[in-house]
Amino acid sequence: MAEYNFETEGVKKTITFLNRKAPYGTIYALEVLESVLISAAFEQHANIVFVDDGVFQIKKGQDTADLEMKNFLPTYGIIEMEKEDADEDEDMDMNWRIIVEKESMEARGLTPDDFKVTVEVLSSAELADVLATSDAVIGG
Amino acid sequence: MAAYSVNGAEIEHDEEGYITDVQQWNRDLAQIIADAEGLEMTDEHWAVVDFLREYYNEYQIAPAVRVLVKAVKKKFGPEKGSNKYLYELFPYGPAKQACKVAGLPKPTGCV
Repeated sequence: MAEYNFETEGVKKTITFLNRKAPYGTIYALEVLESVLISAAFEQHANIVFVDDGVFQIKKGQDTADLEMKNFLPTYGIIEMEKEDADEDEDMDMNWRIIVEKESMEARGLTPDDFKVTVEVLSSAELADVLATSDAVIGG
Repeated sequence: MAAYSVNGAEIEHDEEGYITDVQQWNRDLAQIIADAEGLEMTDEHWAVVDFLREYYNEYQIAPAVRVLVKAVKKKFGPEKGSNKYLYELFPYGPAKQACKVAGLPKPTGCV
Protein backbone atom coordinates (compact mmCIF):
# COMPACT_ATOMS: atom_id res chain seq x y z
CA MET A 1 0.00 0.00 0.00
CA ALA A 2 1.25 3.47 -0.83
CA GLU A 3 2.26 5.64 2.05
CA TYR A 4 0.92 9.17 2.21
CA ASN A 5 2.40 12.08 4.09
CA PHE A 6 -0.25 14.49 5.36
CA GLU A 7 2.18 16.75 7.22
CA THR A 8 1.39 20.17 5.71
CA GLU A 9 3.15 22.45 8.19
CA GLY A 10 5.41 24.83 6.30
CA VAL A 11 4.54 23.34 2.92
CA LYS A 12 4.20 26.01 0.26
CA LYS A 13 3.40 25.12 -3.31
CA THR A 14 2.43 27.05 -6.38
CA ILE A 15 -0.69 25.55 -7.87
CA THR A 16 -2.06 26.55 -11.25
CA PHE A 17 -5.77 26.10 -11.74
CA LEU A 18 -6.37 25.87 -15.47
CA ASN A 19 -9.97 26.69 -16.40
CA ARG A 20 -10.67 25.61 -19.97
CA LYS A 21 -14.42 25.10 -20.20
CA ALA A 22 -17.53 27.28 -20.39
CA PRO A 23 -19.16 27.82 -16.98
CA TYR A 24 -22.29 25.72 -17.48
CA GLY A 25 -22.97 22.42 -19.22
CA THR A 26 -20.31 20.59 -17.24
CA ILE A 27 -19.34 20.66 -13.56
CA TYR A 28 -15.67 21.51 -14.22
CA ALA A 29 -15.85 25.27 -13.69
CA LEU A 30 -17.64 25.08 -10.37
CA GLU A 31 -15.45 22.25 -9.08
CA VAL A 32 -12.25 24.11 -9.94
CA LEU A 33 -13.61 27.27 -8.31
CA GLU A 34 -14.28 25.33 -5.11
CA SER A 35 -10.76 23.88 -5.22
CA VAL A 36 -9.31 27.39 -5.55
CA LEU A 37 -11.26 28.57 -2.51
CA ILE A 38 -10.09 25.57 -0.49
CA SER A 39 -6.46 26.25 -1.43
CA ALA A 40 -6.87 29.68 0.20
CA ALA A 41 -7.52 27.96 3.52
CA PHE A 42 -4.02 26.44 3.27
CA GLU A 43 -2.41 29.72 2.15
CA GLN A 44 -0.94 28.24 -1.00
CA HIS A 45 0.35 30.27 -3.93
CA ALA A 46 -2.04 30.02 -6.86
CA ASN A 47 -2.38 31.02 -10.48
CA ILE A 48 -6.02 31.04 -11.48
CA VAL A 49 -5.91 30.84 -15.26
CA PHE A 50 -8.69 31.14 -17.84
CA VAL A 51 -8.05 29.81 -21.35
CA ASP A 52 -10.18 28.64 -24.30
CA ASP A 53 -13.93 28.78 -23.44
CA GLY A 54 -12.87 29.05 -19.80
CA VAL A 55 -12.64 32.82 -20.32
CA PHE A 56 -16.46 32.86 -20.38
CA GLN A 57 -16.51 31.79 -16.73
CA ILE A 58 -15.72 35.31 -15.58
CA LYS A 59 -17.63 37.26 -18.24
CA LYS A 60 -19.94 39.86 -16.73
CA GLY A 61 -23.69 39.89 -17.28
CA GLN A 62 -24.54 36.19 -17.14
CA ASP A 63 -28.16 35.13 -16.82
CA THR A 64 -28.74 31.50 -15.87
CA ALA A 65 -32.52 31.70 -15.34
CA ASP A 66 -33.33 29.59 -18.40
CA LEU A 67 -30.76 26.99 -17.37
CA GLU A 68 -32.44 26.67 -13.97
CA MET A 69 -29.01 26.74 -12.40
CA LYS A 70 -27.56 29.07 -9.81
CA ASN A 71 -25.47 31.85 -11.31
CA PHE A 72 -22.10 31.46 -9.61
CA LEU A 73 -20.42 34.40 -11.35
CA PRO A 74 -20.57 36.47 -8.11
CA THR A 75 -18.57 33.74 -6.33
CA TYR A 76 -15.53 34.51 -8.52
CA GLY A 77 -15.42 37.83 -6.65
CA ILE A 78 -14.04 35.88 -3.69
CA ILE A 79 -10.88 35.09 -5.67
CA GLU A 80 -10.25 38.79 -6.18
CA MET A 81 -11.08 39.54 -2.54
CA GLU A 82 -8.73 36.80 -1.27
CA LYS A 83 -5.95 38.00 -3.57
CA GLU A 84 -6.26 41.62 -2.40
CA ASP A 85 -6.48 40.49 1.21
CA ALA A 86 -3.29 38.43 0.85
CA ASP A 87 -1.49 41.27 -0.96
CA GLU A 88 -2.33 43.73 1.84
CA ASP A 89 -1.66 41.43 4.80
CA GLU A 90 2.07 41.43 5.54
CA ASP A 91 1.75 38.34 7.75
CA MET A 92 0.37 36.30 4.87
CA ASP A 93 2.68 34.57 2.43
CA MET A 94 0.18 33.83 -0.32
CA ASN A 95 0.73 35.07 -3.82
CA TRP A 96 -2.21 34.80 -6.19
CA ARG A 97 -2.45 35.75 -9.85
CA ILE A 98 -5.62 35.87 -11.92
CA ILE A 99 -4.64 35.31 -15.53
CA VAL A 100 -6.47 35.31 -18.86
CA GLU A 101 -4.79 34.03 -22.01
CA LYS A 102 -4.67 36.82 -24.57
CA GLU A 103 -5.30 34.64 -27.64
CA SER A 104 -8.38 32.98 -26.10
CA MET A 105 -9.78 36.34 -25.01
CA GLU A 106 -9.29 38.01 -28.38
CA ALA A 107 -10.63 35.05 -30.37
CA ARG A 108 -13.91 35.48 -28.48
CA GLY A 109 -14.09 39.22 -29.00
CA LEU A 110 -13.55 39.98 -25.32
CA THR A 111 -11.49 42.63 -23.52
CA PRO A 112 -10.38 42.87 -19.86
CA ASP A 113 -13.36 45.20 -19.23
CA ASP A 114 -15.72 42.31 -19.96
CA PHE A 115 -14.56 40.41 -16.88
CA LYS A 116 -16.04 40.37 -13.41
CA VAL A 117 -12.58 40.42 -11.82
CA THR A 118 -9.37 42.31 -12.57
CA VAL A 119 -7.11 40.06 -14.64
CA GLU A 120 -3.56 39.88 -15.96
CA VAL A 121 -3.56 39.23 -19.69
CA LEU A 122 -0.69 36.98 -20.79
CA SER A 123 0.21 35.62 -24.22
CA SER A 124 0.22 31.90 -24.79
CA ALA A 125 4.06 31.90 -24.63
CA GLU A 126 4.07 33.81 -21.32
CA LEU A 127 1.46 31.43 -19.94
CA ALA A 128 3.66 28.49 -20.85
CA ASP A 129 6.29 29.88 -18.45
CA VAL A 130 3.68 30.14 -15.68
CA LEU A 131 2.75 26.49 -16.18
CA ALA A 132 6.38 25.41 -16.33
CA THR A 133 7.16 27.08 -12.99
CA SER A 134 4.14 25.65 -11.15
CA ASP A 135 4.49 22.77 -8.71
CA ALA A 136 1.14 21.39 -9.83
CA VAL A 137 -1.41 22.10 -12.51
CA ILE A 138 -5.04 21.26 -11.90
CA GLY A 139 -7.04 21.31 -15.10
CA GLY A 140 -10.77 21.65 -15.43
CA MET B 1 -43.13 21.65 4.62
CA ALA B 2 -42.78 23.11 8.07
CA ALA B 3 -42.65 26.86 8.50
CA TYR B 4 -41.80 29.60 10.98
CA SER B 5 -44.62 31.93 11.85
CA VAL B 6 -43.36 35.52 11.82
CA ASN B 7 -45.68 38.50 12.29
CA GLY B 8 -48.51 36.59 10.65
CA ALA B 9 -46.36 35.38 7.73
CA GLU B 10 -45.34 31.76 7.16
CA ILE B 11 -41.70 31.26 6.20
CA GLU B 12 -40.87 27.73 5.08
CA HIS B 13 -37.89 25.82 6.44
CA ASP B 14 -36.33 22.41 5.83
CA GLU B 15 -36.26 19.54 8.31
CA GLU B 16 -33.23 21.04 10.07
CA GLY B 17 -34.67 24.54 10.39
CA TYR B 18 -32.86 26.30 7.52
CA ILE B 19 -35.22 28.58 5.62
CA THR B 20 -35.67 27.60 2.00
CA ASP B 21 -35.76 31.11 0.47
CA VAL B 22 -32.92 33.35 1.58
CA GLN B 23 -34.89 36.43 0.44
CA GLN B 24 -37.62 35.91 3.03
CA TRP B 25 -35.30 36.54 5.97
CA ASN B 26 -35.87 39.37 8.42
CA ARG B 27 -34.60 40.25 11.90
CA ASP B 28 -37.78 39.08 13.65
CA LEU B 29 -37.34 35.70 11.99
CA ALA B 30 -33.68 35.61 13.06
CA GLN B 31 -34.76 36.23 16.66
CA ILE B 32 -37.28 33.36 16.47
CA ILE B 33 -34.64 30.96 15.09
CA ALA B 34 -32.15 32.13 17.74
CA ASP B 35 -34.72 31.52 20.50
CA ALA B 36 -35.33 28.02 19.16
CA GLU B 37 -31.57 27.42 19.22
CA GLY B 38 -31.34 28.74 22.77
CA LEU B 39 -29.11 31.66 21.78
CA GLU B 40 -29.03 34.94 23.70
CA MET B 41 -28.45 37.40 20.84
CA THR B 42 -25.84 40.08 21.64
CA ASP B 43 -24.39 42.81 19.42
CA GLU B 44 -21.60 40.41 18.52
CA HIS B 45 -24.11 37.74 17.44
CA TRP B 46 -25.91 40.26 15.25
CA ALA B 47 -22.64 41.47 13.76
CA VAL B 48 -21.80 37.90 12.71
CA VAL B 49 -25.28 37.46 11.24
CA ASP B 50 -25.04 40.77 9.36
CA PHE B 51 -21.60 39.87 8.01
CA LEU B 52 -22.83 36.47 6.81
CA ARG B 53 -25.76 38.08 5.00
CA GLU B 54 -23.64 40.78 3.39
CA TYR B 55 -21.07 38.23 2.27
CA TYR B 56 -23.72 35.87 0.89
CA ASN B 57 -25.44 38.72 -0.87
CA GLU B 58 -22.21 39.68 -2.62
CA TYR B 59 -20.69 36.27 -3.39
CA GLN B 60 -23.67 33.86 -3.30
CA ILE B 61 -21.98 31.45 -0.90
CA ALA B 62 -21.24 31.46 2.82
CA PRO B 63 -17.73 32.57 3.81
CA ALA B 64 -14.99 30.20 4.90
CA VAL B 65 -14.67 30.18 8.69
CA ARG B 66 -11.24 31.82 8.54
CA VAL B 67 -12.74 34.73 6.55
CA LEU B 68 -15.41 35.11 9.21
CA VAL B 69 -12.79 35.03 11.99
CA LYS B 70 -10.84 37.78 10.23
CA ALA B 71 -13.94 39.96 9.84
CA VAL B 72 -14.84 39.60 13.53
CA LYS B 73 -11.25 40.41 14.48
CA LYS B 74 -11.40 43.58 12.39
CA LYS B 75 -14.66 44.68 14.00
CA PHE B 76 -14.24 43.65 17.65
CA GLY B 77 -10.48 43.42 18.17
CA PRO B 78 -7.85 40.69 18.23
CA GLU B 79 -9.05 39.05 21.46
CA LYS B 80 -12.32 38.15 19.72
CA GLY B 81 -10.77 37.17 16.41
CA SER B 82 -10.62 33.44 16.97
CA ASN B 83 -12.46 30.31 16.03
CA LYS B 84 -12.90 29.65 19.77
CA TYR B 85 -14.71 32.95 20.26
CA LEU B 86 -17.07 32.16 17.39
CA TYR B 87 -17.87 28.84 19.05
CA GLU B 88 -18.63 30.70 22.28
CA LEU B 89 -21.15 32.80 20.36
CA PHE B 90 -22.55 29.89 18.39
CA PRO B 91 -21.86 26.65 20.29
CA TYR B 92 -23.06 24.44 17.42
CA GLY B 93 -20.55 26.05 15.11
CA PRO B 94 -20.30 29.42 13.38
CA ALA B 95 -20.97 27.80 10.03
CA LYS B 96 -24.01 25.71 10.77
CA GLN B 97 -25.71 27.61 13.57
CA ALA B 98 -24.93 31.20 12.56
CA CYS B 99 -25.93 30.46 8.95
CA LYS B 100 -29.23 29.10 10.19
CA VAL B 101 -29.97 32.30 12.13
CA ALA B 102 -28.82 34.38 9.16
CA GLY B 103 -31.20 32.54 6.82
CA LEU B 104 -28.44 31.11 4.63
CA PRO B 105 -28.51 27.58 3.22
CA LYS B 106 -26.83 24.89 5.29
CA PRO B 107 -23.10 25.00 4.44
CA THR B 108 -21.92 21.99 2.48
CA GLY B 109 -18.17 22.34 2.94
CA CYS B 110 -15.87 22.08 5.90
CA VAL B 111 -13.61 25.10 5.47
